[in-house]
Amino acid sequence: MRPPPGLAYRVADAGNPGSGPVAKYLTRRLILIIPTLLGILTVVFAVIHLAPGSPAEILLGDYASPEAVAVLEAQLGLNTPVWQQYALYVWKVMQGDFGRSFATNRDVLTEVVKHIPYTLELAGAAVLISILIGIPAGAIAAVKGGGIDRVSMILALLLASMPLFWLGILLMLLFSIELGWFPLIGGGDPYSWSAIRYLVLPAIALSGTPTAFLARMTRSSMLEIVRKDFIRVAYAKGLKKRVIIFKHVLKNAMVPILTVIGLNMGQLLGGGVVIEIVFARPGLGKLLVDSIFARDYMQVQGTVVVIACLFVLINLAVDMAYSFFDPRIRYR
Amino acid sequence: MDFLRTFIYLLKRNRLALACFAVIAAMAIVAVFAPAISPYDPNEPNLKNKLSGPSGEHWLGTDQLGRDVLRRIIWGARVSLKVGIVAVGIAFVLGTGIGMFGAYLGKWSDEISMRGVDIMLSFPMILLSILIIAFFGSSLLNVMLAIGISLAPRFARLARGLTLSVKELEYIEAARAMGAGWLRICIRHIFPNILTPLMVTATLYISTAILIESSLSYMGLGVQPPDPTWGSIINEGRQVIRIMPWISIFAGLAITITILALNILGDALRDILDPNLRRQI
Repeated sequence: MRPPPGLAYRVADAGNPGSGPVAKYLTRRLILIIPTLLGILTVVFAVIHLAPGSPAEILLGDYASPEAVAVLEAQLGLNTPVWQQYALYVWKVMQGDFGRSFATNRDVLTEVVKHIPYTLELAGAAVLISILIGIPAGAIAAVKGGGIDRVSMILALLLASMPLFWLGILLMLLFSIELGWFPLIGGGDPYSWSAIRYLVLPAIALSGTPTAFLARMTRSSMLEIVRKDFIRVAYAKGLKKRVIIFKHVLKNAMVPILTVIGLNMGQLLGGGVVIEIVFARPGLGKLLVDSIFARDYMQVQGTVVVIACLFVLINLAVDMAYSFFDPRIRYR
Repeated sequence: MDFLRTFIYLLKRNRLALACFAVIAAMAIVAVFAPAISPYDPNEPNLKNKLSGPSGEHWLGTDQLGRDVLRRIIWGARVSLKVGIVAVGIAFVLGTGIGMFGAYLGKWSDEISMRGVDIMLSFPMILLSILIIAFFGSSLLNVMLAIGISLAPRFARLARGLTLSVKELEYIEAARAMGAGWLRICIRHIFPNILTPLMVTATLYISTAILIESSLSYMGLGVQPPDPTWGSIINEGRQVIRIMPWISIFAGLAITITILALNILGDALRDILDPNLRRQI
């Protein structure tokens, strides 16, 4: 029997990522990112303008001279109506102009860009560790059951309940202070291999919560897939258990697992802030907190916007990765 | 009340949940009665006795200013639990309001509120708190507000979804037919029927709020010294970690035990509510 024309079209398309609906989906996602980025700018703008005191006074800190405040007020257009100030702000940010740091007098964006590699390396390494430990741990728990299942899930729950910065301190205490295996603090040169020694402990600490979630998610989604009819069919066909688990169960369990990885990737940028403080790692988080203490609000503002934009871009990349793994998502 | 009944049912049936509830209740009692349990000022320095190890007099030792670590952890429980509960309360009220009213009124109000929520969700949670505290200053109230506002979009999403499923039911139609206004329908008819899942989520988010508070305090952005919070005690211990590691270790244990108990309790509550999840998680 011939399938209805619409269905045939969709089935034919599903295997071909360059075709119409997919391109349309990707374009739509890319266009939708513009209002989100605008929204981020709006929130940051609103917070600065709602805070007590004039934005110029806040941005320049406690010891600003009245002349400096007047100059900045003119630059930010603070004498004009709010919507004009907002438009000016968005216009400047779109050109990459976040102003100059009050503390260092360097360009805010240049300073932020310098710190990005440390943060991305940390987040990437943490995701990698959580995948390498979380998925196998969850899969083994689901397949073996019994005692192993219980112990690994208790460990996962414990890991999810620890403050990551405390885990970082414990790791530091054991591996840096007691055993002397890794450097205590710092970030090394992000473009050299030596950076790995600086990366190990912070990355393990940061991977704590995502590893725990990933293990639980892998276990639960595998248990769900195991009950499905097509797995029973695979057993009935006489396939080996290993083939069924790797080829059928794990592969089908990947979509919810990917969701968790995706959600975590972004949140790691936030969690990374405090881990960077623990290990004095010169990433975006440390830049942000140092700027807050230096009352360098120009830098704070720029760093927050960049972190939030990175978060949005990572989430977008993850969404696109889904559509690759699960063709059904493209047509929603 | 439905939620309370579910909760008591859970405690009767599940011994682990009962144990966790006991841990949290003990923490809460310690926090509320800290002035009676440990009547001395937790911020009073005693430099003659600084950095002494655990002893009969100071069970968990003293810190670099000679302050008793156990006393500071007990007083720290006050701040941590208060922030956890109040911040989630703020998030609950704000988020439920936005989600429920938006969903019930539909069209533009739903569209605008959900776009707002999407934008708030495009910040990592802790980043939004840091942003608010950076510009508004770090006081106890601001910390609670910052965490509450950061958590609110999650409640809004949930409340919206629940409202959408409830608002089409017949008793809502009946209320409308009897001439009830939208505010009355939302508060008297929809809210009680979406309360239980919201309360379960609230239980789960108390631990998140406590974790964010401790991270903020650890970074020096939370409640300001000398007032003790668990995060700031870990930070102070971090400075003398080579000689006195237990200060940080004990304060971290206090957080971990509290969060663990809250998580187990929250998971157990969710399992009762959603039997489909029970076998999986």
